[in-house]
Amino acid sequence: MPESTMPEAGEPEAGGPEAGGPETGGPAAGGLEANGITVSFGRHRVLDRVSLSVRPGEVVGLAGPSGCGKSTLARVLALLLKPMAGTVTVDGRAVTGWRHRAPQRTAIGLIFQQPRLAVDPRFTLFDVIAEPLRAARRPLDRAHELAEELGLTPELFGRRPHEVSDGQLQRACVARALTLEPRYLICDEMTTMLDASTQAHLVGRIEAYRERAGAGVLAISHDAELLHRWADGNVRDWRQTLAAA
Amino acid sequence: MKLRVDGLSVRFHLPGAEVHAVTDARFELREGRCLALVGESGCGKSVMAHALLGLLPGNATVTGHAWLDGGDDPLDLVAAPEKVLARQVRGRLIGLIPQSPAAHLTPVRTARAQLAETLRELGRTETPDLLADRAGLRPDDLDRYPHQLSGGMAQRVANALALAGDPPLIVADEPTTGLDRPLVDATMAELRRLCDDGRAVLVITHDLRAAERVADEIAVMYASRIVELSQAEPFFSGPLHPYSRGLLDALPSRRFVPIPGRPPELTRLPDGCAFLPRCPLATAACEDQPLMNGKKVACHHA
Repeated sequence: MPESTMPEAGEPEAGGPEAGGPETGGPAAGGLEANGITVSFGRHRVLDRVSLSVRPGEVVGLAGPSGCGKSTLARVLALLLKPMAGTVTVDGRAVTGWRHRAPQRTAIGLIFQQPRLAVDPRFTLFDVIAEPLRAARRPLDRAHELAEELGLTPELFGRRPHEVSDGQLQRACVARALTLEPRYLICDEMTTMLDASTQAHLVGRIEAYRERAGAGVLAISHDAELLHRWADGNVRDWRQTLAAA
Repeated sequence: MKLRVDGLSVRFHLPGAEVHAVTDARFELREGRCLALVGESGCGKSVMAHALLGLLPGNATVTGHAWLDGGDDPLDLVAAPEKVLARQVRGRLIGLIPQSPAAHLTPVRTARAQLAETLRELGRTETPDLLADRAGLRPDDLDRYPHQLSGGMAQRVANALALAGDPPLIVADEPTTGLDRPLVDATMAELRRLCDDGRAVLVITHDLRAAERVADEIAVMYASRIVELSQAEPFFSGPLHPYSRGLLDALPSRRFVPIPGRPPELTRLPDGCAFLPRCPLATAACEDQPLMNGKKVACHHA
């Protein structure tokens, strides 16, 4: 299996931080697609033949009450959870390996609801952001740029998760999700814990990235008002998604 | 019953730094009223709640007063010794509805066991079932362990625990974090009902829409200070402080634009107005700390 260099968005970015000589000519069409996904935990069937797709450059909102399986679907789409049945395709290529065995894994960024559970408590804030770059053996400049873009000051870089607020930690998690320039971003209740201003700021940063890189965004939330504003009406209700199976 | 917070300040002492968590807070809360304390994360809202209950860690210094006036002898929650807080205040005069109720419960004991223990400690004669019924739980729900409770049920168990001692003042610290909208609305309706029953309710939240559903009054906190204290209706139709305006404008139902810049570190607050670097109205006058002084807003330009 080749080294996991993920396909880049078409936009040429002269003098950008990419030094690894990424593959060029990313697939023109495609999308992140889930078809007939079924997941059970024990006897409890969480997802039953669910289908959903996100095209590059679009925002899809996914609404539904808590406990309906939204987060499980997010984990399947981020290739972190292997479904019992169904297929996931990334830009036309079917996914065959999951978790660390998925070469397409870095093409998909995932932002979780609770930043505190999504970071290693021993890492500093800067380590949190830089970790994907280190794992991919890329220069760390981009981590500095992203931290700045997300409103994290250098004095926060050395702090550990317990020394910063939820809002500051979630900013670091958004920066981390953007480090490897993913083609798709899944935001799973990303702003539920945050105040209105931080919410608007983080959504604004993700929108700026989407417009620049042409990434597809799946915004998952139980907040219909937020989704309608963010996805400009392109919102799937959970029941519809199920019915589409 | 009346709570009168008068010049309350909280400082945390860290090696090489001092955190100004709450500075000179002043407000009043009477029975049958609900005050919502709103603001960005890390502005000091939750510290206020913990200060009232005497639940701050050892490196905190609290100054000022928080008078709890129940008729005869007003009690200063700041000066009260731990014994008084433990035996007379917590659970009896002030009930706490905690952030993330599921995490607040003991994971290895059923809801019933925890309710029974609380009732016993408070010397109450009611049964857990009666309490649960009042909080909208079925008796068999009580036989579940915390991990078997849904978010809504855990919330109701937390409410039942907070109400076990029939306290006249309820402090709800981010009671809706992580709940979905119908559950937020249900929780707020429940708090409103407690209020209408004659209790005083202090809600601490970052969720402005939740605050709008329940509060009679809104206190906006920014960088450790209360910068606006208004009746809820005029607040949501025409906030006075530029920070309040920015917060409301950030809502997805309004302009959905963030306030530029970022809040200051509580270890290095400026001498002047802490909102100055982010404020569209800032002038040289803002180098002087604006104070409430009995007005509704702490701003030179509002």
